[in-house]
Amino acid sequence: MIDREPPVTEEELHAYVDGELAADRRAAVERWLASHAEDAARVAAWRAQADAIRARYGAAADEPVPARFDLDRLARQGRKWSRYAAAAAVIALLIGGAAGWFGRGAWEGAGPVRAVTTEAFDAHRLYIAEVRHPIEVRAGENHLNPWLSRRIGYQVASPNLDPLGLKLLGGRLLPGNSGRAAALYMYEGASGERFTIYCRRDQAPQTALRYRV
Amino acid sequence: MSGFRQGIQATIPALRRYARALTRDAEAADDLVQDTLVRALRSEHLFHGGDIRSWLYTILTNLNRNRLRSLARRPVISPIEDNDVPDASGSEGGARDIARALASLVEDQRVALLLVVLEGLSYREVAEVQGVPIGTVMSRLARARAQIKAYLDGERPPLRRVK
Repeated sequence: MIDREPPVTEEELHAYVDGELAADRRAAVERWLASHAEDAARVAAWRAQADAIRARYGAAADEPVPARFDLDRLARQGRKWSRYAAAAAVIALLIGGAAGWFGRGAWEGAGPVRAVTTEAFDAHRLYIAEVRHPIEVRAGENHLNPWLSRRIGYQVASPNLDPLGLKLLGGRLLPGNSGRAAALYMYEGASGERFTIYCRRDQAPQTALRYRV
Repeated sequence: MSGFRQGIQATIPALRRYARALTRDAEAADDLVQDTLVRALRSEHLFHGGDIRSWLYTILTNLNRNRLRSLARRPVISPIEDNDVPDASGSEGGARDIARALASLVEDQRVALLLVVLEGLSYREVAEVQGVPIGTVMSRLARARAQIKAYLDGERPPLRRVK
């Protein structure tokens, strides 16, 4: 007997397993599997994989939804965040040894910002220990802010922290982890404790929302 | 509650399931779900109708890719596909093996497979989530299944583990 049916392709086998196969090919695939043991074994293995995945993770959807996912609360949080996002074309963190660091609660839970805090901490730890060369450009030199602004691509200025008893030592340029330049300002308190402000431009807009219908 | 919010609310259990399988880490998974919800709520104006489930899967998938990138940026002495936090549940052998097998996949293949077999999306919907043609989804699926089969059959990929 000459088989007039076109041979079953691997794509059709997957489509068969996933319920995506055109109805008029289903019978043909089933006939094929009845006479091709190797393909039948593969199909059985794929089904077993799917069963194992569902058995392992399916129950996660039956767990009660925790309170942290309350949408009203998250929406309020979201609005707070979007205010930050508007203001945070530059992300700046003030880190100080004794005082801990500002804004910890506010920054937690956001991936890209967490990356910046890591960079800021690394820079802080590395340079506060420098006794003779903590900075590249001294505070007195008036090109400090224009230079750093140009290099990080955003207008920045070292804030005056005299009221807090902190004297600006100067600043330096750093390679941010993302390949963007970052500016580091260093301040010193009366008893030699050092504080740094780390600034760099925000990442390019996230692609997470790209969606086509 | 608006229809938009209701749609999101109804999808949370499925997002948790998907994220759990994607990360194999319950805590990281819930962080991912929370980030997804915040992002979605903030972006209502960007949602132009269509299937809200697919839209949420898209956001979660992209956020996870960012997460993996930031993990990969840190110096770790292991291949990238092994960067994921290992499954800590220590459950019975078979279930643990499927988690390890998933961990051995390339991310795009893992996404395609999970969206189809765990979340029940159609090939067309997965193509939209991943932003690729249907043919690409099918080849990802095929490679994922071949890799898992090889893994479970004992052809383990050469994972370098640091004791």
